[in-house]
Amino acid sequence: MTPTIYVPRDAAALALGADAVAAAIADEAARRGIAIKLVRNGTRGMVWLEPLVEVATPQGRIAYGPVSAADVPGLFAAGFVTGGSHALCHGPTNEIPWLARQQRLACRRIGIVDPRSLADYVALGGGVGLRRARTMAPADIVRAVTESGLRGRGGAAFPAGIKWQTVLATPAAQKYIVCNADEGDSGTFSDRMLMEGDPYQLLEGMAIAGLAVGSTQGYIYVRSEYPHAVAALNAALATAEDYLGDFRIEVRVGAGSYVCGEETAMLESIEGKRGIVRAKPPLPAVAGLFGQPTVINNLITFASVPDVLAQGAAAYRDLGCGRSRGTLPFQLAGNIKYGGLVEVPFGLTLRELLYDFGGGSRSGRPLRAVQVGGPLGAYLPASQFDTVLDYEAFAAIGAGLGHGGIVAFDDTVDLAKQARYAMKFCAIESCGKCTPCRIGSTRGVEVIDRIRAANNGQRADQIELLQDLCDTMIHGSLCAMGSMTPIPVMSALRHFPEDFK
Amino acid sequence: MEKPTTIESIIAAHRDLPGALLPVLHEIQHLRGYIPPDSVPLIAKALNLSRAEVHGVISYYAHFRQTPPAGHVVRVCCAEACQAVGGEALAEHARTRLAGSDVTLEPVYCLGLCACGPSVQVDETTLHAQVTPEKFDALIAALEAAA
Repeated sequence: MTPTIYVPRDAAALALGADAVAAAIADEAARRGIAIKLVRNGTRGMVWLEPLVEVATPQGRIAYGPVSAADVPGLFAAGFVTGGSHALCHGPTNEIPWLARQQRLACRRIGIVDPRSLADYVALGGGVGLRRARTMAPADIVRAVTESGLRGRGGAAFPAGIKWQTVLATPAAQKYIVCNADEGDSGTFSDRMLMEGDPYQLLEGMAIAGLAVGSTQGYIYVRSEYPHAVAALNAALATAEDYLGDFRIEVRVGAGSYVCGEETAMLESIEGKRGIVRAKPPLPAVAGLFGQPTVINNLITFASVPDVLAQGAAAYRDLGCGRSRGTLPFQLAGNIKYGGLVEVPFGLTLRELLYDFGGGSRSGRPLRAVQVGGPLGAYLPASQFDTVLDYEAFAAIGAGLGHGGIVAFDDTVDLAKQARYAMKFCAIESCGKCTPCRIGSTRGVEVIDRIRAANNGQRADQIELLQDLCDTMIHGSLCAMGSMTPIPVMSALRHFPEDFK
Repeated sequence: MEKPTTIESIIAAHRDLPGALLPVLHEIQHLRGYIPPDSVPLIAKALNLSRAEVHGVISYYAHFRQTPPAGHVVRVCCAEACQAVGGEALAEHARTRLAGSDVTLEPVYCLGLCACGPSVQVDETTLHAQVTPEKFDALIAALEAAA
């Protein structure tokens, strides 16, 4: 049988040289007269091992990584085509502890399946949820999602079933399903990995949502910074017409605006306008895209739905802790030794993720601060690393899990500089509709500059001014961009006051 | 389906699409490298918008260019995850290295390569991770050699 060799096409793997590795493997195989089947899969999520080459053997897939093009002749010489041992060999991929300790649902097929093959998707268990949904009444699908306890994975953690129920109960000739794949938070890449590694899972989740609320048209809004994800989605859609039945999905590409990840700004953008935030109410579930009832969920929310239908709401709800049910694909990023995608049920501590999975800092220096939940998330000091990864536990310390992005910093970080960056980023990306965000962010940069330049006598006044400004932004902004920018700023000031001197 | 090869045909192919403006602008920029000012009235007329509305959208989004870029476009990630591993020093190095060259240097706020930063994107399709100043110089030298 022709041996199958997997070389990821995921953007992170490409950035680390996967195309050159794939070309070298094809060349070397041809030179040696060995017939191979080369599959360009997604990433297994172990970014520190990328490019991770896998070889299918009777004992399962064997992992080699990180592989460079220069390693390829040596790998062939060592007989890696049949799983031969080599310094880069990690044994069976599924037994690598970093991966074996995870519990993957939404990301279960990423890196395993050929993302361009619908047949492969179905052969690996895809499509079961959609088939089941087709036998159910819409209200029963919504009930299953509600009972699963699934909450929105974009950051706001609103119960998905309640949102779907609102759309189901709002009569309209045309309703829409919109997937928010505008994954702009630094430290997050789970949406990208799923689009590139298992796009059919997303299409299935959206089609189920369409059946649940009575919609035949879906949109996936992807940021323009993700051209590889856009290509992967379009390739999947080109083969999925029959699979999706009456449901149609179109990919819409953003254009470099962070605030378009806010759901109403995203709707404006899909409608062909500037990405300016809308006032709520009306909720998008009542009057959303083109004024029609619209389900808007994050990509991981949709990708979690097939499992809820296939395995049942109870199986999903049984995972997790407190009111955070199921799993969340966390993303370990920044200054971290073993970075990548860690999907686990809620309930681990931040420390377990950072050290048991992450292995501490990449630089080898102590971890000093961790930003959880993107540019609008809090900076947490080591004394809070034992916080349980659970929506409520994070809310209780004035932080949030957001989209599950975790950015680690070592002890060379200057938190006053990070606070200034938070305000600067808000000033760059503010849509400009409300004053606290548009003007407040620029004033915030100025005040932090004055704090950093001030002598001891003046500093207290400026800090009070910053607190007052943050208070205005929190209470006066129209959306999370302005109202949450104070979170990284104030957490930096609270936990790392010495950096502001 | 054949890809449209003129601005007029791009506009014609999209005029019945709901919310057509961004797809039209993307295709024009893909074809020409920027949005030529003389395409604005054509787009506005076809999509029943005012020229101000079209201009407003083009100027709102950082991705759209109103003038052709000089040479290659090199974008260095300036977001937090890359900051944590030396992204700012890399951006500073890039400014110095590319001063006076015909490469367009831009900041980008996250390429989704946050576990292997600092990251750099060249001409929107080629990605580089764990970029050190030395690695940056090598990739610029390769770009210049190919030019």
